[in-house]
This record gives sequence, C-alpha cells and structure tokens, in this order.
Amino acid sequence: MSDQFDVRYIAQLARLELSADEIAKFQSQIGQVLSHVEKLNKVDVSGVEPTAHANHVVNVFRADEARAWFTPAEALANAPRSANGLFIVPKVIE
Amino acid sequence: MSLTSLSISELRRKFRSRETSPIEALEALEARIGKVEPVVHGYLSRDYAAARTLAEKADISLPLGGVPIAIKDVINVNGEPCSCGSKILDGYRATYDATVIKMLRAAGAIPFGRCNMDEFAMGSSTENSAFGRSCNPWDPSRVPGGSSGGSAAVVAANEAFAALGSDTGGSIRQPAALCGCVGLKPTYGRVSRFGLVAFASSLDQIGPFTKTVEDAALVLNAISGRDPLDSTSLEEPVPDYTAQLGQDLKGVKLGMPREYFISGIDPQVDAAVRAAIRHYESLGAEIVEVSLPNTEHAVGVYYIIATAEASANLARFDGVRYGSRAGAGNILEMYGQTRGQGFGPEVKRRIILGTYVLSSGYYDAFYLRAQKVRTLIRGDFTRAFEKVDAIICPTTPEPAFKAGDRSDDPLKMYLADIFTIACNLAGTCGMSLPCGFADVDGKKLPVGLQLIGQPFQESRLLQIAHAYEQSTEWHKAAAPL
Repeated sequence: MSDQFDVRYIAQLARLELSADEIAKFQSQIGQVLSHVEKLNKVDVSGVEPTAHANHVVNVFRADEARAWFTPAEALANAPRSANGLFIVPKVIE
Repeated sequence: MSLTSLSISELRRKFRSRETSPIEALEALEARIGKVEPVVHGYLSRDYAAARTLAEKADISLPLGGVPIAIKDVINVNGEPCSCGSKILDGYRATYDATVIKMLRAAGAIPFGRCNMDEFAMGSSTENSAFGRSCNPWDPSRVPGGSSGGSAAVVAANEAFAALGSDTGGSIRQPAALCGCVGLKPTYGRVSRFGLVAFASSLDQIGPFTKTVEDAALVLNAISGRDPLDSTSLEEPVPDYTAQLGQDLKGVKLGMPREYFISGIDPQVDAAVRAAIRHYESLGAEIVEVSLPNTEHAVGVYYIIATAEASANLARFDGVRYGSRAGAGNILEMYGQTRGQGFGPEVKRRIILGTYVLSSGYYDAFYLRAQKVRTLIRGDFTRAFEKVDAIICPTTPEPAFKAGDRSDDPLKMYLADIFTIACNLAGTCGMSLPCGFADVDGKKLPVGLQLIGQPFQESRLLQIAHAYEQSTEWHKAAAPL
C-alpha cells in the first residue's frame, strides 16, 4: 500500500500546491510513516467494533429553532476580500 | 518571595488578605515577561492594556478572581489573534470567546497572552511554529516540548501563573514533563472544545498547565462541564476537584504497565520514575503490574486517525473567509497556493497522510482498521482499571532534546509520543507532574511522572498526584532564569 502512495495525486485531492522538492521529500518521509503504520495489518480485528467517540454519545439533538449568532459584520470581519455583505472569491462556475 | 513565583492558590490568598492586588500581580508578571521573554520566546502576543482593564475591575470574591491565565494560540479569545502557530491565519482576530474562555471569565480569571505552539497543534517540540521556536527555561538550547510548548515554558519560567493548552496525543503532558510543571489532559468530553481550533476532533481536549496539582484542580473546576455548543461534551456532573486533595493513599492501587518500562528509556528518566513509584509505596499505595498489550500499535493508530481527522478539519483554511489568501488565478489555484504557501511542512505532511488514508479504496484498510485497533487499545485500559485506580509510568522516554535534533526525522519525532498517545485514543484522563531531574551536559532537566486515571475520575487522579507532590520538593524547584 505504501508503494501505491502518490504524493502528487493526494496533494491534488487536498488542494495543496507543492514544489518539486516537497513532492520528493514527502514521498520519502510519508512512505516511511506508512511502512510503520502498515504493521496494523497484522492485528486481529475480527469481530471488533470501531471506536469513533471514546466515551460514546448518540443522537445529541437540539430543537430546530433559529438562534442569533454572528452578525454579518462579525462574520465578514476577517474576510480577505468582501463587498456588499459577501465574501468575494474568484469565479467558481465557468 | 516574588509575586511571579507564586501558585494561583498562594496568589489568591494574598488577594483576599489584601497583601497584593490583581493589578500588582499583572504588573509583576509583565515585568518578569520583559526580563525573560527574550530567552524563552513563549508568547506570540500579549494585550497588556486589555488585561489591565480587566485587572482593575477584577472581582476577587470569584474562584479565580484577578488571576491572569495565558492561552495557547489555538483557543479563540474575542478580539485577539488566534494564529495556531501558522501563517495561514495571518491577520485573523477572533470574533467570539471559546466556551472555556467564557467560563474562565465567569470565574474571574483574566485571559492574558497568546502562547506559541507547533503549527495547528502538530508536533512535539514547538519547532513547527511559523514564528520561531520556544525555548526550555531549564536549558534554552533545548525544546520545551510540544505542541503546547509556549504554554509550558511560560509557566515554568514564572511568566504566567497558569496557562491553557490542548492535548491530542500528549501536547499538554509532554511539554509539562520537559519543562517541569503540572499538565493535565481531562477525559475526552469533560471540557468543551467549542472555540478550540480543531486538529483531531475525537482526540482533542483543552487542559491546564500549572505549578501545583491544587492549581490544576482549581482551573479544571472553572472549565469543566457540558456545553450545548460542543455535542461531544458529556453531561457528567462537575464535582469540586479540590475536595479529595489531602486524602491519604490507603487502599489506592497503582498499575505499572510492563509495556511502558522498556529498554530505550533514558536511564535517568527510568530511575526517577521508579524512585517515585517506591515513594508511592511508602505513602501506602499498592503497586500492581498490569499489561496494556496493544501499546505497540498506539503510534500507528494515532497517525492514521489523527491525520485523517486533521485533513478534514483543516479543509476550512482555503483563503475564502479568513486568514491569508494567495493566488491570482482561478479558484483551484487560490486554494492550492493559499494552502501550499500558508501551511508549514509538518501540517502538509499530515494533511497528505490523512487524505490518503481516507481516500477511495484505502478507507477500510487504514482508517476503519485503525478505529478497530483503537477499540482494542481502549479495552486494555478498561481491563487495567478493573484492577487499579490509576496507571503510573514515565511521561516521555527522554528529557528535553536539543533543538534541531529531530526536525529532519518525522517518524523519530512521532515515536517520542509513545507514552502519551494511548491515553487520548482511550479517551481517559492523564497528567504529568515533576518527579526529579536528569543531569545532561551539566544542566538539570526535569523528568515527568505520568498518571493515567479512569474516565471522569479526575478527582481521584488529582488526589493521587497531590499526595506525591506534597511529600516531595520537586514542585518548588525553579528554572535558572
């Protein structure tokens, strides 16, 4: 599995632009980590349930009622670019 | 005795007796910071004026009234930066208080100072900060640990009476051990994560760095409890965590896990921890050998689960709503360049690893399997806790290492977390407290003793820790700064 690991493809999935240097370095470093974690394949997990929450809670609901939270001004306070109460971004739909 | 070397409890006594005031305490702190910060570099920023305004109207009748507390730069405090040790949050100012901050304020405490950290809490040395490393007050050429290295360093250097940190795989306990202070990771779900910038949502917990066990109990009192804004926080009632302090250890059973006393531990660390265990016996505790057989898998499981969760949590840093933005081109270029330029190498490594283990075709083989092994690791602790009240072991295999020692070897850095990681996977509580020193190159470096408690039994854990602390002198030692 670690030999099928392609940094370039994964970086694309993760929306990370990497330099050629980084790609080479990460391919090797992450490859080493993967070899270590692959030891988990030898563990017998038959019949074992996965743990997602250590102290198990289920169905934590609240009433479906609107509440006040950020004002538009607060929500936009850290925007790199904003106008007319909107976050400005490059065109998304061609 | 200078004000800044006092514990919270001692400071509070002096407030109530009018020997000193919150303003004087804050002034003394600022003066101390001015003197030693050039060496320690534990703080990324401080708003002294804002803290002073709060100190002027502090209500000392409240449990933490008038006490300044430093905050790891990953917890939102309204109006202040929250850099997470990263360039990608350049310019960001919080527009709300994290729940723990609201609770500290309600208890009268004053959030003061933003502490340095490994970027997005990923690291064990604070060398991954985009703003330079912090230095261990006991030997500035060495690391304070991480990821909450700044928080640990400022408490150890008496630049803070206490600090908040966060712990995902040991990021409170490990720096506490390396810097010689008390560090507590509460049970998962004990303290609200609302307003904590998320790294791994099933593992993160906020907790205190303090000079004494009693102080840790005081801070835990203030920040614990169910929060409707954090649906992973539990309804468990919050006791007074100081109530059992001072009770003796008759009938207390401490478990020594054989897998945590292996060759490869620094001999001075091993000696100090074993001496502490003998001391516990002299206090009346019974020492029992236990086994946590799935320990060898903990680092592997952690680096699948934590990186997977991190890859999802860090997807929000895309240049759209906050922080820095790069790329003059289309939206994909904006994402790719904002993140490529804004994140440091360790963060990128973990995002890539996490994305891979969740990707199509690999989810079952990696992430799901890791979650099953996590169940086995949790089971080890549940079984051990049927026989003992707490587990006792080293916090780290070695004392503080030299800066630059591990930064080229990510896997070596990861393996340093070997004793702290399983506690996060099992979701239970753990703390580190000082138990001695190692002599390394003519310097005294702190050694940490780790105690791991049953879920939601922090009272018991603190009682056990307090008994050791109060019958030894380690907590009185001060870094030579």
